Amino acid sequence: MIHHNEMIPQRPAPRHTLGPVAWLRTNLFSGPVNTVLTLLALYLLYLLIVPTVKWAIIDANWLGSTREDCTAEGACWVFIKARFTQFIYGLYPRSEIWRANIVFVLFFALIAWLAIPRLPLKRWVALFALVAFPVIAYVLLHGGHFDLPRVPTHRWGGLMLTLLLATVGMVCALPIGVVLALGRRSNMPIVKSFCVLFIEFWRGVPLITVLFMASVMLPLFLPSGITVDRLVRALIGLTLFQSAYMAEVIRGGLQAIPKGQEEAAAALGMTYWKRMGLIVLPQALKMMIPGIVNTFISLFKDTTLVMIIGLFDLLGIVQAALADSRWLGYSLEGYTFAALMFWIFCFSMSRYSQYLERRLNTGHKR
Amino acid sequence: MSEAALKPQDLMVEMRGVNKWYGDFHVLRDIHLDVKRGERIVICGPSGSGKSTLIRCINHLEEHQQGDIVVGGVPLTQDVKRIEQIRRSVGMVFQHFNLFPHLSVLENCCIAPMWVQKKSRKEAEGLAMQYLERVRIAEQAKKYPGQLSGGQQQRVAIARSLCMHPDVMLFDEPTSALDPEMIKEVLDVMIELANEGMTMLCVTHEMGFAKTVADRVIFMDQGQIIEENAPEPFFNTPRSERTQLFLSQILGH
Repeated sequence: MIHHNEMIPQRPAPRHTLGPVAWLRTNLFSGPVNTVLTLLALYLLYLLIVPTVKWAIIDANWLGSTREDCTAEGACWVFIKARFTQFIYGLYPRSEIWRANIVFVLFFALIAWLAIPRLPLKRWVALFALVAFPVIAYVLLHGGHFDLPRVPTHRWGGLMLTLLLATVGMVCALPIGVVLALGRRSNMPIVKSFCVLFIEFWRGVPLITVLFMASVMLPLFLPSGITVDRLVRALIGLTLFQSAYMAEVIRGGLQAIPKGQEEAAAALGMTYWKRMGLIVLPQALKMMIPGIVNTFISLFKDTTLVMIIGLFDLLGIVQAALADSRWLGYSLEGYTFAALMFWIFCFSMSRYSQYLERRLNTGHKR
Repeated sequence: MSEAALKPQDLMVEMRGVNKWYGDFHVLRDIHLDVKRGERIVICGPSGSGKSTLIRCINHLEEHQQGDIVVGGVPLTQDVKRIEQIRRSVGMVFQHFNLFPHLSVLENCCIAPMWVQKKSRKEAEGLAMQYLERVRIAEQAKKYPGQLSGGQQQRVAIARSLCMHPDVMLFDEPTSALDPEMIKEVLDVMIELANEGMTMLCVTHEMGFAKTVADRVIFMDQGQIIEENAPEPFFNTPRSERTQLFLSQILGH
């Protein structure tokens, strides 16, 4: 028996399943309970948003330069304006800020270049960013060469310091994490136990302890006469701490790659490092983007802890400014500003990772 | 040419008294096997009989604990350099293809010639296209493995191995994971390869393939080689009872 001699032509979907009204009806007002919850949520949003907008924008004070220019009803953004340079550069000498600005511009330009897929010469730009840029940034920020006056690291601060700590931490923690993760899966007992011990040690200790140890204990063990800069010590502590977390994230990714991948690579005569570098890691890292970015974001926020060893990162410098007797009572504005800055960077990282995931996923599905 | 007159290099694979255990489980028991250059061998047997393990020992994807394996005149030892040298001359095709999903079909074929044999990209791509054409899939070169059917993926996997110019090809149940309508396209490629004189060891249940191309069929059970013979006597007059039982099960339906 033949049911159909001709193919049934495609028909459009029924009307009531398409369009914004249908979306509202199915998602927000599909039944009495859902309708009540929707209205309740809208009311709560109203309670929350209206006063916030009123305080932060409508009643806020934007003009002026002293606290006398501020009224009591709204936020006093004048405070942020007056202290803005400090929040960004810390105690970096005003006359030398152009040096920090060059580094900032170069930094964001490099990131943009690497992040936008259309731009060419990725490999060379990446090489420049990893090799030449740190040298340029060090020479410019620290000075002491080419007639640039020296600016000791304890004067660095604000957003600049936060970005420095976070960037160095991320760039160093990722490769160390990869090596530790591979080491933990190694067949060689000494390598394996070293990596397990290292990872478990750093994961078992709070970051605050690590930073305290780096700033207080380490100098006691170093031979007299040898001093390591406090910022460098904090950087090393932060990097080692985050690399342990990174290692576990990457190990998870490595485990998700089927064993057949490494076998196929081995059967083609590839050495261990080629199997890892060309076949296993590219797949694992792609899968691990959410976990890696998660670690990056937590690292970015963890940089605020350097406050307790006397480094003034963005949050530290905001807090210091709050203690200024001329600006007492504006902590809400100060913390809002700090929170907003952190949120912008963390949210950008999160969005970029989502974009990257989508882009790398096309056509690669198993 | 008599057996005694063979030069050592004319024996592509020699296995002498090979034994292997997984923990207490004795997977390979006293395996003796010589494979001459150009010889086509089909290995069959019930699942768990050690046939995959046997061919995986030849390129050291599995380690044997006793006995000697010599591939193309090179004794297989623990030495990593030695193992890699042997693997470069031994191609392998897996049951689940194991193509690299993050690389295009062309890149899958180029990666080993470029990184292992240090060929230029241009040379490797030329070679890859030549072999992709031979397995009749050149038009898909820019696609990713995930966009191909199982049969197409397996043909790419064969091309990927051939790009390394192997002296021996190992096939580990190459058609077992395929939908029935795709088995033929893979077997056709394998038959062509056999007719060109490639030395092949093939673990498969495709008895039609064995009858067409094999010089010798080997039957394994419980880690031992039970019987080996040319296909015609193997299928028509099997000597061992276990072989008879296996053949009746596999050909009976």
